[in-house]
Amino acid sequence: MAVKKKPKLAVWKFASCDGCQLSLLDCEDELLAVADKVAIAYFLEASRAVEKGPYDISLVEGSITTQHDAERIQKIRKISKVLITIGACATAGGIQSLRNFKDIKEFVSIVYASPEYIETLAKSTSIASHVPVDFELQGCPINKRQLLEVLSAFLYGRKPNTPAYSVCIECKRRGTVCVMVAQGIPCLGPVTHAGCNAICPAYNRGCYSCYGPMETPNTASLSSWFGRLGVKEENLVRSFRSFYGSAEPFRKESETHE
Amino acid sequence: MMAPSSENKEHFVLEREYFQKLLDTLIQRGYRVVGPTVGEGAIVYTKLNSVADLPIGWTDEQDGGAYRLKKRDDQSLFGYVVGPQSWKKFLLPSALRLWQAKRVGKSFQIIPEDEKSQKFAFVGVRSCDMHAIAIQDKIFMNGQYGDSHYKSRRADAFILAVNCGKAGGTCFCVSMNTGPKTTFGFDLAMTEVLEGNRHYFVAETGTELGAEILHTTPHKKANKEEIFYADDVIKKTAGQMGRSMDTTDIKNLLYKNYEHPRWDNVAERCLACANCTLVCPTCFCTTVEDVTDLTGEHAERWRKLDSCFTMDFSYIHGGSVRSSTKARYRQWMTHKIATWIDQFGTSGCVGCGRCITWCPVAIDITEEARAIRESEPNLKRETAEGAEKTTHNHKEGI
Repeated sequence: MAVKKKPKLAVWKFASCDGCQLSLLDCEDELLAVADKVAIAYFLEASRAVEKGPYDISLVEGSITTQHDAERIQKIRKISKVLITIGACATAGGIQSLRNFKDIKEFVSIVYASPEYIETLAKSTSIASHVPVDFELQGCPINKRQLLEVLSAFLYGRKPNTPAYSVCIECKRRGTVCVMVAQGIPCLGPVTHAGCNAICPAYNRGCYSCYGPMETPNTASLSSWFGRLGVKEENLVRSFRSFYGSAEPFRKESETHE
Repeated sequence: MMAPSSENKEHFVLEREYFQKLLDTLIQRGYRVVGPTVGEGAIVYTKLNSVADLPIGWTDEQDGGAYRLKKRDDQSLFGYVVGPQSWKKFLLPSALRLWQAKRVGKSFQIIPEDEKSQKFAFVGVRSCDMHAIAIQDKIFMNGQYGDSHYKSRRADAFILAVNCGKAGGTCFCVSMNTGPKTTFGFDLAMTEVLEGNRHYFVAETGTELGAEILHTTPHKKANKEEIFYADDVIKKTAGQMGRSMDTTDIKNLLYKNYEHPRWDNVAERCLACANCTLVCPTCFCTTVEDVTDLTGEHAERWRKLDSCFTMDFSYIHGGSVRSSTKARYRQWMTHKIATWIDQFGTSGCVGCGRCITWCPVAIDITEEARAIRESEPNLKRETAEGAEKTTHNHKEGI
């Protein structure tokens, strides 16, 4: 039998904490299976050994925050057959997109000893706002099982099972009792994209929406219910302005409470 | 409701101290005994080993979007109503692997699931849930949608029904003719009575098996007074319903109102989170997911509970048929209490109130129905004049 050439995988980093890339390394038990099916051609977090492009699959972590990165992502798009963004930064600008609500110059002057050396863009933006993206995997950080699912799906040409419905469906499927109804704990689960298997409610906490908006988020209705549970306006702003603060539905909702 | 008169049927009394014996018998006979217990701040269904696992002395307070456990001032075993889970947890599990496949050369081989027959004993089935099981039986036991997984779990299930000793804040079984007294489907049905210093159960047998199980436990024939107390418990419960729904000609009411402004109003509140459908004891929709692993040597097909509130649910190539929340809520409610009648011969709503309690923003199906009805003055008048009042007809028996 002819030896089929393994597809080449590249992992790219932009403005991010590296947590999503680590999810790939975190696969541990499955990592050998991954390496068996794809050639890990470019993954600086794991190895200095670099194979030249083009690449069959590029995983992109991080958001665009500098002019240099805005140019770099164009090149990566050109040398990638399939481009998959991983995590909140790459898909929605991430925590660092909190800058989008303020004046970046003020941040720079406070944070850096020599602000004159800093060249940065006014906003932190998603990869999809710069280049076409083939698939977006949500989460801060992404879930390794979902990452393996997406890789498997792309390898075998099927649609990944990463549903965009609410976290509530995951809670109910695993038999977790609703923390909001049974305990009055404010929970963003009803407006949040599934994928984490409802881990916070399972540990008796409300969802913080680290997977971002679900497919049809009714943030206004949930906000008004949060108000009845005693959440103050300023905390509503904070609730929606965290991991996915710059995702459109959450940005709009946080602004209505400012 | 065909309320069988208590005088015609034989009633027995089982003292509280012998309830454990009843559970022991079921366990000894190989049943997986499941029933209510306290867990995560609510009453949930789980495996029971002893009476002590039951929520002794607990009750629940329920309203739209709110559920709280409270202590009772007695030691009753069943002094609460229904919680977030229903028996579909066991009969229609939320995730079920249907089969696996492995690659063999250029072909593949299907590995069927080893469906172990599960002999469940359901302890504490309420009348609304008995109706819900009967509705799902209708769909899955036979006919076009007959389902072997459901059948194998349902066929040998022993049902120990408990008539409700209180109604919850979101209960409306009286409106739906589905309770609070269980009238069919059970092997054994009991009413818990706490009267003075006595704590006992007045039992009815529904099947020979039920009688056989009861006879393994010390019991006696109930006297008139005991039967009176038991009937009184049910009567009081029926008078305590937290919600009500006027079902008069409800099918045509909804059929006439597809474009009612109330649908826009509810869509503003609805989160499309799917909680209502997942807690509903009759909602049965599932999806099928195929997964492959990295090696490409192994594939699995899973069936998972789904909901008509997701975008994928009505996705037909190119897009979702019901893309707005308005369309999805209207579809759910209209199916539940109107089109279901044409489809299956009964209403799909059993008045258990779960969708009201467990909606994170307290959307109330009885309120939504009322709002539509109130905009129909003619229909309201017909009700007052005592027009035909049974559009849904929850059948006795299965």
